[in-house]
Amino acid sequence: MTTQTPAILPERGLADRLTALFWRHPRLLLAVLLTPPLLWLGVVYLGSLAALLLQSFYSIDEFSGLVKQEFTLKTYAELFRAQNLDIIIRTLVMSAAVTIGCAVIAFPIAYYAARFAKGKWKAVFYLGVMLPLWSSYLVKVYAWKLILAKEGIITWAAEGAGLSMVLNAILSIPGIGGNSLSTSPLGTFLVFVYVWLPYMILPMQAALERVPASMLEASADLGASRAQTFRTVILPLAMPGVIAGSIFTFSLTMGDYIIPQIVGTSARFIGLAVYQLQGTAGNIPLAAAFAVVPIVIMVIYLMIAKRKGAFDAL
Amino acid sequence: MTAAVEFQNVSRHFGPANAPVKAVDGVDLTIAEGSFFAMLGPSGSGKTTCLRLISGFEKPTGGVIRIFGQDVSDIPPNRRNVNTVFQDYALFPHMNVRDNVAYGPMVKGVDRRTREAQAEEMLALVKLEGYGDRKPGQLSGGQRQRVALARALVNEPKVLLLDEPLGALDLKLREAMQDELKALQARLGITFVFVTHDQGEALSMADSLAVFNEGKIAQIGTPKEIYSHPRTRFVADFVGSSNVLAPEVTRAFGGPAKWASLRPEMLRVTAADGVALSGVVTGLRYLGAGSRVTVAVNGTEVAAQLPAGQAVPEAGAVVGLAFDPSALHVMEGER
Ligand SMILES: Nc1ncnc2c1ncn2[C@@H]1O[C@H](COP(=O)(O)OP(=O)(O)OP(=O)(O)O)[C@@H](O)[C@H]1O
Ligand SMILES: [Mg+2]
Repeated sequence: MTTQTPAILPERGLADRLTALFWRHPRLLLAVLLTPPLLWLGVVYLGSLAALLLQSFYSIDEFSGLVKQEFTLKTYAELFRAQNLDIIIRTLVMSAAVTIGCAVIAFPIAYYAARFAKGKWKAVFYLGVMLPLWSSYLVKVYAWKLILAKEGIITWAAEGAGLSMVLNAILSIPGIGGNSLSTSPLGTFLVFVYVWLPYMILPMQAALERVPASMLEASADLGASRAQTFRTVILPLAMPGVIAGSIFTFSLTMGDYIIPQIVGTSARFIGLAVYQLQGTAGNIPLAAAFAVVPIVIMVIYLMIAKRKGAFDAL
Repeated sequence: MTAAVEFQNVSRHFGPANAPVKAVDGVDLTIAEGSFFAMLGPSGSGKTTCLRLISGFEKPTGGVIRIFGQDVSDIPPNRRNVNTVFQDYALFPHMNVRDNVAYGPMVKGVDRRTREAQAEEMLALVKLEGYGDRKPGQLSGGQRQRVALARALVNEPKVLLLDEPLGALDLKLREAMQDELKALQARLGITFVFVTHDQGEALSMADSLAVFNEGKIAQIGTPKEIYSHPRTRFVADFVGSSNVLAPEVTRAFGGPAKWASLRPEMLRVTAADGVALSGVVTGLRYLGAGSRVTVAVNGTEVAAQLPAGQAVPEAGAVVGLAFDPSALHVMEGER
């Protein structure tokens, strides 16, 4: 091999010059890659969050209806008025219920997809989970209103199957029941679970995918039953995924202001309260204070999760 | 004495019935209680599948498996008092070393204090005192391997299965662990079933040894039997890279017209004149503790192992070969 291949290849245009530049200054590439997202994150994202926080420490002048730009905790105190506290508790309970509902339904699906689905079935799984995300959220919610309505499919099917009694019994439970499914808290819950389910399934599936099969075999090998393996190996290892999914379902439910307007009693949730306060009522400070509540709740939730060791497997 | 493990015509085929992958095919074997049994064979020969049949993670497609005389066809893995040291160790990453070792007792309902004491005792046995609070991720490969061993042994299994447990270790650590494992087995009296594709490891550690080839057992016996009396060409070649001689070559070497095996270390390289066998040196390989010389005798390449310190002939030189006639082992098996 004494042909004319040089030991050092000649530079070929701009691409090679850039490669050489980045090779000589490795940090430059990092800087180029990170500047736009950091600007976005720092200015637009955290900036607006800071503005929100700032607003929540202002108050509204009761006579003029104008925002008084003075630091005060008065607006936060208003959150604790019975009617506002009601909204917060209702939202919190609904978010928790939706999260648990999503987790219970999502787990078997995610487990199947991670452990057993191969090739074509994996594609079917992804399609099935994501397909609902392709259509408009509003259309889906209205579709559910029809499904849950008094003259809707569910009532009809229950009648056909002779289960009207059961349906009526459920609807007569105080707190979750109502005139019909579409005007009951149970209806709101069902629709929330439906629209946020993919956000629970996908992170769960990703987490379960990373649990090696040999881990489950080791557990069985050491004498554990299926239930024990689930509790002591699968669940702890999948926990970061469950927490990630629950962050989605929890915060999406807490912030949503459309579903409770369309399906359910007309009782207000935090999202709807924020929407009305900043719009018609023009009370930006109280709207901001309401908006801070989900953030605080999420922080507390994550702190508890961390203390309970949910992130040990990270 | 009942056998610890017994296979009767056991098969495990994968895939469609018309074109199955015969991972394990009609295997008969008996593993004596308290013995150190090694399974040796090339990659894909069915060793791991055999272990998984014993632990219950695979079900045989044919035949019967008995553990201490009991047919285990319907017994799930968690009810077999058999434990495995996995090839990748499979330690639980979210638990510390102590909890990993105490896992078996925990799922059997042993209270915390007792099982932690048991775990510490086992960690001492594998020389890992004081490592209980670490996570598996904070251990070296050899330490992880010991934790996996302690985690299995704490259950006092009747049979311990080890799937290439030393594969990931460097030579020095590997040899140290071989000695430790052997000593541990002798002390505890547990039946060890040890999978490896390192023939030196199998020969030095096992009381008895099964050589696998394509899902079948090519030969089963003591290491000595297998090394000095390989039954088939495959065994002769795989265990100790013996010279496998075709019938006509065997005759030229002074034996009967049958397939035979001649160990390289049994051949001496001499001067070319006045000997019955001579040939041209075609290859030299330096091995550290000696050299391996390939000599072409009438077109058949034969390897001879020279001890260190002996003069090594040059490539292309004509040399003679000599050996003790008893070293020529005639094989009864066909393949
Ligand atoms: N689940 C399975 N599905 C299909 N074929 C399999 C399966 N498990 C093993 N096999 C096949 O069975 C044969 C034996 O595999 P096995 O894992 O027992 O080999 P091995 O002797 O342990 O090899 P190695 O030394 O490489 O670990 C291989 O050809 C393998 O491809
Ligand atoms: Mg294997």
